[in-house]
Amino acid sequence: MSLLVVDRLCKSFGGVRAVDDVSFSLAPGELLAMIGPNGAGKTTCFNMINGQLAADSGRVLLHDADISRLPPREIWKRGVGRTFQIAATFASLTVVENVQMALISHAGRLYRMWSRAAAFEREKALALLAQVGMAEQADRPCGVLAYGDVKRVELAIALANEPKLLLMDEPTAGMAPKERNELMALTRKLVVERGIGVLFTEHSMDVVFGYADRLVVLARGKLIAQGDVDAIRNDPNVRAVYFGSGKTVERARA
Amino acid sequence: MSLSGILVQMLNGLASASTLFLLASGLSLIFGVTRIVNFAHGSLFMLGAYIAWSLTERMSGALGFWAAMGLSALAVGAIGAAIEMLLLRRIYRAPELFQLLATFALTLVVRDAVLGVWGSEDLLGPRAPGLSGSVEILGRRFPQYDLALIVIGPLVLALVWLLLRRTRWGALVRAATQDREMVGALGVNQSLLFTSVFALGAALAGLGGALQLPREPASAGLDLAAIGDAFVVVVVGGMGSLPGAFVAALLIAEIKALCIALGTWSLPWGGTISFPKFTLVAEFLVMAIVLVVRPWGLMGKPQAAVRTGAPPETPLAPADATTRIIGFATLGALAALPLIVGVGSYALVLSIDIFIGVLFAVSLHFVMGPGGMHSFGHAAYFGLGAYASGLLLKSAGLPMELALVMSILGGALGAFVFGWFCVRLSGVYFAMLTLAFGQIVWSVVFQWDEVTGGSNGVIGVWPAPWLAAKQTYYYLALACCVAGVLLLRRILFSPFGYALRATRDSVLRSDAIGIDVQRIQWIAFIVAGAVCGLAGGLFAFSKGSISPETISVGRSIDGLVMVLLGGVETLSGPIVGAAAFLFLQDSIARHIEYWRAMLGLLILVLVLAFPDGIVGAVRKRLGKGSQQT
Repeated sequence: MSLLVVDRLCKSFGGVRAVDDVSFSLAPGELLAMIGPNGAGKTTCFNMINGQLAADSGRVLLHDADISRLPPREIWKRGVGRTFQIAATFASLTVVENVQMALISHAGRLYRMWSRAAAFEREKALALLAQVGMAEQADRPCGVLAYGDVKRVELAIALANEPKLLLMDEPTAGMAPKERNELMALTRKLVVERGIGVLFTEHSMDVVFGYADRLVVLARGKLIAQGDVDAIRNDPNVRAVYFGSGKTVERARA
Repeated sequence: MSLSGILVQMLNGLASASTLFLLASGLSLIFGVTRIVNFAHGSLFMLGAYIAWSLTERMSGALGFWAAMGLSALAVGAIGAAIEMLLLRRIYRAPELFQLLATFALTLVVRDAVLGVWGSEDLLGPRAPGLSGSVEILGRRFPQYDLALIVIGPLVLALVWLLLRRTRWGALVRAATQDREMVGALGVNQSLLFTSVFALGAALAGLGGALQLPREPASAGLDLAAIGDAFVVVVVGGMGSLPGAFVAALLIAEIKALCIALGTWSLPWGGTISFPKFTLVAEFLVMAIVLVVRPWGLMGKPQAAVRTGAPPETPLAPADATTRIIGFATLGALAALPLIVGVGSYALVLSIDIFIGVLFAVSLHFVMGPGGMHSFGHAAYFGLGAYASGLLLKSAGLPMELALVMSILGGALGAFVFGWFCVRLSGVYFAMLTLAFGQIVWSVVFQWDEVTGGSNGVIGVWPAPWLAAKQTYYYLALACCVAGVLLLRRILFSPFGYALRATRDSVLRSDAIGIDVQRIQWIAFIVAGAVCGLAGGLFAFSKGSISPETISVGRSIDGLVMVLLGGVETLSGPIVGAAAFLFLQDSIARHIEYWRAMLGLLILVLVLAFPDGIVGAVRKRLGKGSQQT
């Protein structure tokens, strides 16, 4: 059974078809990379799956239930965690409080006004931080962390509601090569351990070919190829998009 | 009401729309480029009127009159340039709250300067030579001068529009309106551009004020009236949009004219309805409706992302031992105060005012600091609480104790209704809408004589006999104040309080972890409204009366000053700020004639020198705030 099914998704901005008839699916425990040149429609696609943008047409199914008209917070409640291209955390809360915030929300205690939030499931939050290697920095304000660390905190937040699906928009952007590999190895481990499905976009081909089980390739809003790493590597369409077909050069010569 | 009467009123509305447009277009231009909402714009308008009065005293004849109009505009433009260079240039990177306060402080300084130079008498201007007569339209007389105004408005719109579309300077202004960082990155001299835009905006306001002189006398109350109108026009039209300002000026002026034209009607079920009384409410209602339906105004665009945010606040920590000791010691001293100073002492009266002020300030701080919602109309909930108590006691005959409890409900109910609209907006637009609701409450109270007593207010609002003695009431106020402060503090450390700060830090992330941002903000708004309502109720019973004056925009601003004076980042900030502010006001206002100007200067010093407030500055000095570095 598929965890996530994206079915004929379309979105236009003015006259530009940012996402044009895109369909794919994702199984539990699978690491699916979405790649494509800049402007291919990756983030737009993400924002529609996550509920931030309303699709013009098409559906998004999570466990066979249509989630395409739900706001982000409802989608999160159904077990979808998200990290952003530009990391978004709560800068004035400490690192551990950031994770506790997600735990509080998950437990449905957002409107409690009397109990102390700092005591709420702190151990569990610390355990989540330990998983991403951020336990030592638990009591620092999130606003002063190095960017790579913020991204790891974001991952811990995203894991707090025991998600079935993780959406990671450029999880390693702005990180050093060593950090990238650590983060992706960690993600890989989580996928295997917990059977989470991960959909991520990425520009670094090392990361993509090193960690993805399968790839979908977007170009100009259309899905031009999907398959495993080898299939994509040898796909003529993908080569044309990334390296050009060589025709322009020939024409110039003629 | 005859058709011709309505038509003439509509023409009158067109004339008003012209000066309104001149005023608002300047505000809009300035906001578009500098992203500063210039509270002092009404003051510039007022200065235009006063300067024009002085000039027309000396210059006679048609030529002299129109030259005086032009010179007034130039003079105000020069004043605007000076303001920009001396003050605003230092605060472009400050949080927008500080910018609003700094420009508001200017209004205080300018108002006292005007009173000092021109005195407090209303000054009636001359009629325009050659246009002093009237023409007959549909059998009614219509002033020639108003006809001239109807032409001048669109003419100025056309001129400014040409300036923006056809000149290099105009292209830079339009570019800066879209993305000022980019314009700066391209090597444009931003200082010069900002100064010139501010000067032009000020000159337009000055011209508007000058041209209004033959229609209404120059008076020291002109500034707040003008800025209220200008805000409404700019927000309705869309911040930064010139045609928007024009359309909105027409809309607002015509709706007001229509209210006046409709006059008083008798209702079929008895009683009368008097439309001229709705002029104030009508314009703010239009604004509230437009903001909710089109949050960026009729012709505006969504605000561009601001790239120069303030650094994030440090996380809240529970009170440490020192703070606790100071807190308990203060509380002990306050409990003993009536025994020390004696029961009839003025210190008790001042202390009660301070307790009420603290309650007011902490409730404002709750939404402003941790909530990140800059309310410019917090006086509304204070007023609703005060009037709920007063009216229930006087008209419904409720016992005083119950009436005081109902003040909490009054404030909460107001926040419940207004908050629903407000949390849909953010930033400057949130500030504007809260201000509008504050003004709606004020104008309803002011104009609804039958129920609220109009400008006289409600009198004879005294506490129950067992609370009537000053020292007993002192303990009541102290108890309410402490309870309110501790309650809000407790909430801030609760899951809800964390969620509130989360929504302020990142809406995107909050939404992505299942937090309903608007609902959290709405509930916070209601909680603050309830505590603020209690402050209002306590106030009414401590003074024995309540009047519209005590719930005007001035009180909202006082609240902001209290919070900023203490420092917005700390929980003790608003408490220290309110106490310091009220003590200063009490001691300054009694001894200095121009205390408003003093207050204005105080705010300016505060904004420029101590952007973290008293408590923030002390903390930094002690190194407590240096966790971050």
